[in-house]
Amino acid sequence: MKRFRTLALATSLATGLVVSGQAIAQDKTYTIGVSVPSADHGWTGGVDYFAQAAITRLTKTYPNLKFVLATAADPGKQASDLEDMVSTRHIDALVILPGDPDALTSPIKRVKQAGKFVTVVDRKLSQPGIEDLYVAGDNPGLGRTAGEYFASRFPDGGNIVVLRGLPIPIDKERVDAFNAAISGTKIKVLASQFANWNRDDGFKVMQDFLSRFPKIDAVWAQDDDTAIGAIQAIKQAGRQNDMWVVGGAGMKQAIKEVMDGDKMTPIDVGYDPGMVGTAIELTALKFVGGVPVRGKFIIQSPLITQQNAAEFYHPDSPY
Amino acid sequence: MSATETTLTKREPARRWSPNLRVLGPLLALILLVILGASLNGNFLSPSNITNVLARSSFIGIIAVGATFVITSGGLDLSVGSMAAFLAGVMIIVINALVPRFGTGWSVILIGMAAGVALGGAAGLGNGLLVTRGRIEAFIVTLGTMGIFRSLVTFLANGGTLSLNFDVMDTYNPVYYGSVLGLPVPIIVFAVVAILGDIAMRRMPFGRHCAAIGSNEQVARYSAIHVDTVRLLTYVLQGVLVAVATLLYVPRLGSASSATGVLWELEAIAAVIIGGTTLRGGYGRVWGTVIGVIILSLIDNILNLTNIVSPYLNGAFQGVIIILAVLLQRSRRANQ
Repeated sequence: MKRFRTLALATSLATGLVVSGQAIAQDKTYTIGVSVPSADHGWTGGVDYFAQAAITRLTKTYPNLKFVLATAADPGKQASDLEDMVSTRHIDALVILPGDPDALTSPIKRVKQAGKFVTVVDRKLSQPGIEDLYVAGDNPGLGRTAGEYFASRFPDGGNIVVLRGLPIPIDKERVDAFNAAISGTKIKVLASQFANWNRDDGFKVMQDFLSRFPKIDAVWAQDDDTAIGAIQAIKQAGRQNDMWVVGGAGMKQAIKEVMDGDKMTPIDVGYDPGMVGTAIELTALKFVGGVPVRGKFIIQSPLITQQNAAEFYHPDSPY
Repeated sequence: MSATETTLTKREPARRWSPNLRVLGPLLALILLVILGASLNGNFLSPSNITNVLARSSFIGIIAVGATFVITSGGLDLSVGSMAAFLAGVMIIVINALVPRFGTGWSVILIGMAAGVALGGAAGLGNGLLVTRGRIEAFIVTLGTMGIFRSLVTFLANGGTLSLNFDVMDTYNPVYYGSVLGLPVPIIVFAVVAILGDIAMRRMPFGRHCAAIGSNEQVARYSAIHVDTVRLLTYVLQGVLVAVATLLYVPRLGSASSATGVLWELEAIAAVIIGGTTLRGGYGRVWGTVIGVIILSLIDNILNLTNIVSPYLNGAFQGVIIILAVLLQRSRRANQ
């Protein structure tokens, strides 16, 4: 009995030592579930990287925070991940970047109804008011920033082609804002076509545009992967001095080219996958910071020029 | 053997003279597409457009030649797209790793190529052994390896993109962008693979054995055909051809990521079927496959060259043309 008591005392002392110096809230540990799409293209690869980086940092800083990270290739898998997180991992909060927000609205709503704090990243759910915190990039902003740049470069008009992403709402928001920004100028959109935010498709679609139009002054590719494919096609056709290309999202290669003053990549427009890290950090603050974190946090889509490119360059990120 | 050959030569002319829609169907579809394309855009028949289309269909084309053998012998390989991405990733890693020691010359690229081909053969061997020795359905085996290769390339790239060393890229570039006597290299490689494939399919025992196994495995076994060996070889051949396609793919964009080669398996299978090969096995045409591949790329090209349909409907348009092409050959079976 005595021995047992000593043991119990020693244990509590040890625990006390470990957590001492940290606040009263330390008695309770919190589990935060993080659900992101699996790395199926460059940008989601960046999302996974920044999610892991944020989790590693927060686990080190706050021993009373635990994280459950799950990556899902499709909405079905992501919905099952959420069920597991609630029923077997007993999460207190969920940070989710829904691969397909429409399909995941009701699974996320169930998590909310189970009394969990919900943070939604990047994509709007089809029903308002479910999430406690919304952290997102500025999709219309991405289109607008790019459009304004085109308008500034072509005061006297120019012929451009547009390589779109996938036929989903994000793409439409970007394209609509772009069109709004160049409306009223003399810029002529010769054609626009889906290139699926993908290098190979960027290459293919651009090759066809090059044979279709003898005079193209610039290309809006909306995405850096697509832009790299398009640039390769333009070089192959030997027309690299006739036009420049604007991508988007801030891939490190693209930022590097902007930094180096590459003529074909004069600017980039940010849409940083690091936003998932912002969302995880803010959600953690809800439990350890004692500050209000409910609301909307929109991360700007900035114009990245040769002057400020260094600020957006993450050489260690896979994206 | 000689008996088979005489029957074959006897049958050949008869086939050629009767209207064989299984062969003519895809050709007809191709001709219709070319006419459609030419009438919609003046640049459609320009040499640069034609060479672009042919050069970029060479990847799927070379893979589809391999798929023709696999499908003819009653098998299926769903792993080819992921395998191509994985092989491209490994080649890039190998080449980048060798650069500091051996420089940026051809020797490094040749080692990378050899590694790619060896790995491709090994991957095909793995698929083949699981199908023949493991007695697992080809659909299941290759569905499994499809996931494995896709994850491996994602893992190797750390979720991002693997990029080829830029200096090596300059040396390697001509393999995709170069041309010999005015013909781009990928088109030449595709043509050579297709001609060799056609010879193997129609003039060599290997092709006949594939067809025999695909049409009736038991009968083939009783005819002293080494069913398992032939079947295994079709998967190895498929793996090697995926590697050959990858050798051409790497210099194009100098990168591999988890988005590389997505859905190539379906495109290759579609090309094989459009070309008149039976999905159940037993009958295969390499030339048909080549036409199938060109049809698929042309549909894409024509849609990009025009604005006749809303971009939202491109997929539907593609689907309609694919179904029409196959319908043209099915009408022949009804006539028989």
